Amino acid sequence: MRKIAIYGKGGIGKSTTTQNTVAALAEMGKKVMVVGCDPKADSTRLLLGGLAQKSVLDTLRDEGEDVDLDAVMRNGFSGTLCVESGGPEPGVGCAGRGIITSINLLEQLGAFEEDKELDYVFYDVLGDVVCGGFAMPIREGKAQEIYIVVSGEMMAMYAANNICKGIVKYAEAGGVRLGGLICNSRKVDNERQMIEELAKRLGTQMIHFVPRDNMVQKAEINRKTVIDYDPGHPQADEYRTLAKRIDENDMFVIPKPLSIEALENLLIEFGIAN
Amino acid sequence: MSENLAEVFATTREKLLKVYPTKAARKRAKHMVINDPNPETMPEIEANVRTIPGIITQRGCTYAGCKGVVVGPIRDIVNITHGPIGCGFYSWLTRRNQTKPIDDNDYNLMNYCFSTDMQEDDIVFGGEKKLRQAVREAYEIFKPKAIGIFATCPVGLIGDDVHAVAREMKEELGINVFGFSCEGYKGVSQSAGHHIANNQLFKHVIGLDDTVRDSKYKINLLGEYNIGGDAFEIERILEKCGIDLIATFSGNSSYDYFANAHTADLNCVMCHRSINYVADMMEVKYGIPWIKVNFIGAESTAKSLRKIAKYFGDPELTERVEAVIAEEMPEVEKHRAEARSRCEGKTVMLFVGGSRAHHYQDLFSELGMKTVAAGYEFAHRDDYEGRRVLPKIKIDADSRNIEELTVEPDPERYRFRKTEAEVAELKAQGFEFSDYEGMMAQMAKGTLVIDDISHYEMEKLIAYHKPDIFCAGIKEKYVIQKMGVPCKQLHSYDYSGPYAGFRGAVNFYHDIDRLVNSKIWNYIQAPWQKSPELIATYVK
Repeated sequence: MRKIAIYGKGGIGKSTTTQNTVAALAEMGKKVMVVGCDPKADSTRLLLGGLAQKSVLDTLRDEGEDVDLDAVMRNGFSGTLCVESGGPEPGVGCAGRGIITSINLLEQLGAFEEDKELDYVFYDVLGDVVCGGFAMPIREGKAQEIYIVVSGEMMAMYAANNICKGIVKYAEAGGVRLGGLICNSRKVDNERQMIEELAKRLGTQMIHFVPRDNMVQKAEINRKTVIDYDPGHPQADEYRTLAKRIDENDMFVIPKPLSIEALENLLIEFGIAN
Repeated sequence: MSENLAEVFATTREKLLKVYPTKAARKRAKHMVINDPNPETMPEIEANVRTIPGIITQRGCTYAGCKGVVVGPIRDIVNITHGPIGCGFYSWLTRRNQTKPIDDNDYNLMNYCFSTDMQEDDIVFGGEKKLRQAVREAYEIFKPKAIGIFATCPVGLIGDDVHAVAREMKEELGINVFGFSCEGYKGVSQSAGHHIANNQLFKHVIGLDDTVRDSKYKINLLGEYNIGGDAFEIERILEKCGIDLIATFSGNSSYDYFANAHTADLNCVMCHRSINYVADMMEVKYGIPWIKVNFIGAESTAKSLRKIAKYFGDPELTERVEAVIAEEMPEVEKHRAEARSRCEGKTVMLFVGGSRAHHYQDLFSELGMKTVAAGYEFAHRDDYEGRRVLPKIKIDADSRNIEELTVEPDPERYRFRKTEAEVAELKAQGFEFSDYEGMMAQMAKGTLVIDDISHYEMEKLIAYHKPDIFCAGIKEKYVIQKMGVPCKQLHSYDYSGPYAGFRGAVNFYHDIDRLVNSKIWNYIQAPWQKSPELIATYVK
C-alpha cells in the first residue's frame, strides 16, 4: 500500500486534483482511500456526490470513545473509500490537534490494515503546514510520499518551498519523501518552464502539468470529478496521465528548499520581469 | 566554616561554574555573587530571566503564581481552573493557606477544587462552552460572591477567550466574574503570575465598595498568605494594638475585604515580590502610601509595628504599640534564650521564594544563627539589591509579555493621606516610603547569593559546606535530608506554623532547635557505609 499526502497553498486545487486523480486510479482498478484533513470536510465531496459525510471528529464527539469504522467511512466513486477528519468551526479550538486525534483513531480502528487490501491512501491536507497538526500525515511515517500542488503564482511557489522545509524536517525521522510537483495551471506566463525549473532546483520533478479547463468547474458544480461527469473529455485524460505517472513514479527525494532570494530570482528570471 | 567567607565562597563559585558548558557557565556566573551590603559597592545580580533548559530549577509556572499564590487563599471566590485536570488538582491546597470563616453563614470554598477537566475533544473543538457550563454550575451550587477563571497552557494555545466568557457570565449571573490569562508558559517563573493576579484584582475587585469603616488606623497587609496560620497571629497583634486591618492580600481574606481595600490609609507590604504592583497602583489611584514591613521575627514584628505607629503619628497608638511589645516580648525572650543556647553560631542556607529567603534571616539571627548563603527562586533584581536599581533594570521580552496597567488618580476617590509637610517630616526622620532595600543590604559581606539555584549547585553547596540547616521547598527537601542536613520547608512550613509575629517566632525557635540539634542526622549513613565490613578468612 502506498501512502500519499497532497499539500499546497490554500485554494490551489488540492482537493479537486486529488479527487480527480483518485477517480482515475480507481478507474484503473486500484483500491483507494481518501482521508480529508481539512476542518471544512470538503475533500471527498466529488467522490461522494455531495457533502454527505459525517466526520471522524463529529462522530467522536457524538458517540464518545466507542466509534465504529463504518460510522466514519463511506463508499464513493468506483469503490473508493472516503473519510473526513473534520474539525472545529473557524476560529475555535485546535484543528491541528483534531487531525492528530483523527488519524490516530483511524489507525486504532484498523482503517489501513491489510485486510482492507488498499493500494493507496491519499491524505488531502489543508493549506500550508501551519502547525504540527497539519504535518501529522508526514510525521511518524503516516505518509511516505508527498506531492505538492503548485502554480506559477508567486505565493503558491512560496508555499511549495515552505512545505519542502517541512518535508526535510521529517524526512530523517519518518522516512517521508517528495514525489514531485503537480502544476495546476493558472495560465501564468512561462508557467510550465518555471515550475519545471523550480522542481529541478528543489531536486525533484514536475510530475504533470494539468492545464486549466472549465470542465473541472462544470463537473464540480455537478458534484462530480471530470472522470465521472464526462469520461471522454480531454481533461479527464490529463488526470488519467497524472494518475499513471504517480502509479509508475520511482523518483522519491528529500527536497532541497530554496532561500527566499533564490526563489525570487527564479520568478524574476522566468516570470514577472519578462 | 572559615572566617574569610568571601574567599571560601569565591572558590566555591568557581567550582560550581566549572561543570557547565561555556555558554551556560557564562549565564550562571551572573546569578552568583559574593555579597557586599554597601550600596556603593554592591555587586549586580542577574535575576528574573529564563532558566537554562536542562537545569533542574526550583521555579514554578505562571499559573501557579497567579492561582496558587495570590488568588487561591481568598475563601469566598470560586476559582475555576480552565484546563486539564492536573493543573487544578496539583494546585489544590498545597500551600497550606489557612482561612477562618467569620461565622456559620460565611463561605469557605478553599477546600474545593474547581476545574473544567478539559478532554481532547475540548482541545479540538474549543473549551468555551464547557467553561460557561462550569461557571453556571458553580454558581448554582455555591452561589459565590465572585468567580475567577484561570487559563492554563492548552487554553492559551487553542485561544479560548476566558475574558469574553467572564464578561458574558457576569452579565448572565449578576455576580462578579473575571478571568486571568495566566497560562503556565508565560513569563520565566511564577513571578509573572503574581503580576497578572495583581492586575486583575486591581481592575475587577479593588474599589468596588466605598464603605468607610469607623476606625482610626486603617491599614492593608499586602503579600501575607497565611501559611500555617501566620495571618491569624498578625491579626491578633494588630487587633491588640488597635490597628484596623481592612484587607490582607490574600491570607485569611474575603472578596469583600478586597472590594473595600482602597479605604485604608496605609499599605504594609510583606512579600514585596508578589504584591508590589498592587501597592504601587493603589498609591497612584487612591493616594495610599505604602511601606515595607516584616512580621517574620519577633524583633522585626516590633520594628514593623513601630513603623506603622510612626506613620500615623498618634501618641495614643505609639503608646499602645509599645505596651503590646512590652507585654509580648518577655515570653518570646524566655523561649529564645533557651533555644539560642543550643543554636548559637550554627550556619543556615536559605533558597526559597521571592521574599522568604530574606525575611527568615531575621528569625535565624534572633537565634544567633548565621545565614551564609541565600537566594530567591523567582525574585527580581530589586528584591536582591533594593528598589534603587529599578530604573536600571532592563525590561526584556519576557516581561513585556505581561500586561502593565496604566493607572491614573481616581478623580473622586484620590485622597492625600498625609500633607506634604508631614511626609517631608517623616522622611527627614529616616522614614522610608515606597521603598525596599532588598536582601543583600542585610546580608553579611562575603556571603554567597545565588539566584534561581539549580539542584546541582544546591547539592554541591551542601557537600562543600555542610550547613547546619538548609531551607527550601518540597522538591528539595528529601535530597537535602538524605545528605544528612535538616531541611525546613519555608513554602509550607512542613506541618507546622505559624512562624509570624511573636507567638510564631516562639514556634520557629522550637522547631529549629529540634531540627538542628537532633541526633538523627548522624544516623543517615548506615554503619557499614561508615566503616568497612569485617573481613575474615577460614583457618586452614
